[in-house]
Amino acid sequence: MTAAAPNYELIQQDGLETSLLEVSMGPHHPSTHGVFRMDVKLDGETVVDLKPVFGYLHRNHEKLAESMSYLASMPFTDRLDYFNSMTNNWAYALAAEQLIEIEIPERAEYLRVIMSELTRLVNHVSLVGFFVNDLGALGTPLLYAFREREKILDLFEQASGARMMCNYFRFGGLRCDVPEGWLERTREVVDRFPKFLDEYEKLLCENEIILSRTQGVGNLSKELAISAGITGPMLRASGVNYDIRKVDRYGIYDRFKFRVPFSEGDVGDCYDRFMVRMLEMRESIEILKQALDGIEDGPIMGNAGKVFKPAKAESYGRVEAPKGELGFYLVADGTTQPYRFRVRPPSFINLTVLRDMCIGQQVADAVIILGSIDIVLGEVDR
Amino acid sequence: MSEAIPHEAVLQRFPEVEWDEEFGTLIVPSAKATEVAIWLRDDEAFRLDYCSNVTGIDYLDREFKEKVKNEEGKTETIIHKDPARMEVVYHLYSMEKRTGPLVMKQRTTREKPEAQSLTPVWRSCELQEREIYDLFGINFTEHPDQRRILMWDEFEGHPMRKDYVEPFDYEWEPTPHDEILEKHQKGKVIF
Amino acid sequence: MTTPNTSPSVELDDTTRAELERAGVIVSKVDFLYNWARGGSVWPLTFGLACCAIEMIASATSRFDISRFGSEVFRPSPRQADLMIVSGTVTKKMAPQVVRIYNQMPEPKWVIAMGACAISGGPFKQGYNVLKGIDRYIPVDVYLPGCPPRPEAVLQSLNYLQEKIRTQDIKSDPAFTEGRRQYPIPEFTGTDLEPPYNPDVWQPPANPNAPAEEEAEEATA
Ligand code: SF4
Repeated sequence: MTAAAPNYELIQQDGLETSLLEVSMGPHHPSTHGVFRMDVKLDGETVVDLKPVFGYLHRNHEKLAESMSYLASMPFTDRLDYFNSMTNNWAYALAAEQLIEIEIPERAEYLRVIMSELTRLVNHVSLVGFFVNDLGALGTPLLYAFREREKILDLFEQASGARMMCNYFRFGGLRCDVPEGWLERTREVVDRFPKFLDEYEKLLCENEIILSRTQGVGNLSKELAISAGITGPMLRASGVNYDIRKVDRYGIYDRFKFRVPFSEGDVGDCYDRFMVRMLEMRESIEILKQALDGIEDGPIMGNAGKVFKPAKAESYGRVEAPKGELGFYLVADGTTQPYRFRVRPPSFINLTVLRDMCIGQQVADAVIILGSIDIVLGEVDR
Repeated sequence: MSEAIPHEAVLQRFPEVEWDEEFGTLIVPSAKATEVAIWLRDDEAFRLDYCSNVTGIDYLDREFKEKVKNEEGKTETIIHKDPARMEVVYHLYSMEKRTGPLVMKQRTTREKPEAQSLTPVWRSCELQEREIYDLFGINFTEHPDQRRILMWDEFEGHPMRKDYVEPFDYEWEPTPHDEILEKHQKGKVIF
Repeated sequence: MTTPNTSPSVELDDTTRAELERAGVIVSKVDFLYNWARGGSVWPLTFGLACCAIEMIASATSRFDISRFGSEVFRPSPRQADLMIVSGTVTKKMAPQVVRIYNQMPEPKWVIAMGACAISGGPFKQGYNVLKGIDRYIPVDVYLPGCPPRPEAVLQSLNYLQEKIRTQDIKSDPAFTEGRRQYPIPEFTGTDLEPPYNPDVWQPPANPNAPAEEEAEEATA
């Protein structure tokens, strides 16, 4: 059900003929968030057709994972959505834990929540920076965002040893406990974060340029969003209240009180997507505060071996990653390796509607629309 | 976890649909796939409006050995045969009722892999079915825009199939392991 | 600052030079001045491929601040850039574009292969669509290992590059004598890229286990 190719009538004026202009944006293009290409057909400034071209970062993650043991794929999941290694780890751990059924200790569950909410902060804050960058505000908001991001990456580094590729989760728990004083340092970062958010909101949310360039641009209706499998902040911006943290209640999310921000109207434009992310950060801070209050000492690892042979079965584990529903589908065949390993990448599926949203918009707005979808190519192409 | 969805009603409504006990999935014949999908999407009891994950699986001819104790207490080996086939898997959820997942499969042969495209029912299948066509070589009838998506257009073969042989372009390295080591020992490293 | 006397053709020992400098006379070579200025403002190309690109961006932000080394001017157009940081996995589908962008850069130009992937394919080496090192198609000046390398490492690799620039001899360096270096762009075939590597740039290491040539011929016959 692709939107039908538009029968485009060329404008003729005073006997002068115009023709459509084809522009290939990417794969090396400063506005495409990585190696992504859009073949755009333009009539003057207006987009009349757009074809996304994928595959420039197709790294064969699925094929490789089918030839190694279950645990060996864990570091590869970090590199899917390289902003959010912790949530990627969690989704994979969830899927594999369904196959082998192990208990996860309490402290590990709390740390998982803490890590994944910190990840959400990192993702949203840098996404907003990049998004505003696409609007033409080169530098300042992005530098602010990266300043905050560094503080959280420091915490990740102290806990796991790596800034970006944390590889911190294990089936049945976590790789190691956090070092002494880590929770206090986290609390400090979390307590200071709202102040930064106030500043950021003051800078951006009512900025005239942002308002006029994002409102009414890239509308996405509720029906199309559901049918196209859009998830995450983008779905909620279109007015659907669906958050996997609330629906599936995986981990211990049922213990926390938090709200799910979603847009009331049925517009779903770029501004809504931007605002949903800003509001989501506040809720993440609420969760973090509750989790930091609730966490207690204890073991962090259940008793899962490093190599195991699950019985013949299938499992599908999904989490609410910052970009949407990240799922792992595993087919076990009784050996130490998965027979089929599949990643359900949120940003890839969110791109389904890129064409529908861009048609009829200006070419400069196509860049913003792409920015508001929030894609990471490592995940789109895998 | 959200609630599982009772599948019995589907079997009653469509006698052609089978239930796979082992994996807990519906097996839908390709000819009926669109009809079943539309019914699942629109029926009041299901309302599976959200198709989350679509993927393919390639099964080669395989045998499984299982050791069981028979009545006399001796262990016996039973050999299960797993026939070669290809499957397209759909994970369905309901956003309205917040239920799911219901897993639905279309089966097809390895020789002439064909399946019914469900893109007209759920838009989310569009790119994912293109990906299956690219990597598994399953043809989707009625897919609006079936082209290669991840590999380049001139590419031959379907890399996610289990019998795909990748081009060997490794150079010699002093610390090889696994597969590469074997090829080294055979002196088969190219270049 | 004492300018090192690197070229034997200048008959001026370091003591004389230092004395002259004390007197306010700086004696230098064109090479030195030229390279010093060039090394101090290397403009990289805004060119991110994968995860490593994020660390490259991080090296430009306030904490690491690449502008201390004169390279904060990331240029979106290859025509204005001196340095290409190949930051991330180069897939076979992307490799022709990388070579094409390299060809478009004016001389003098340098390349940093950032991350295990750009060097050799890294964790994804065994993938069917992954190029096993960008040095198969274009010459690389600095290899920066890591997965991903930390931003500090990016800065260090930039320092190494500056050191390298300082030793360039503008009279004989191919960058100045031969015009813009361009390399053939690989083409897609049914399974792989053609050619699989550029023999002018990269030669595979010898395989000591390979059967002797005659045997190999027999085997193929
Ligand atoms: S070296 Fe590691 S971090 Fe860098 S692109 Fe490759 S996988 Fe990503």
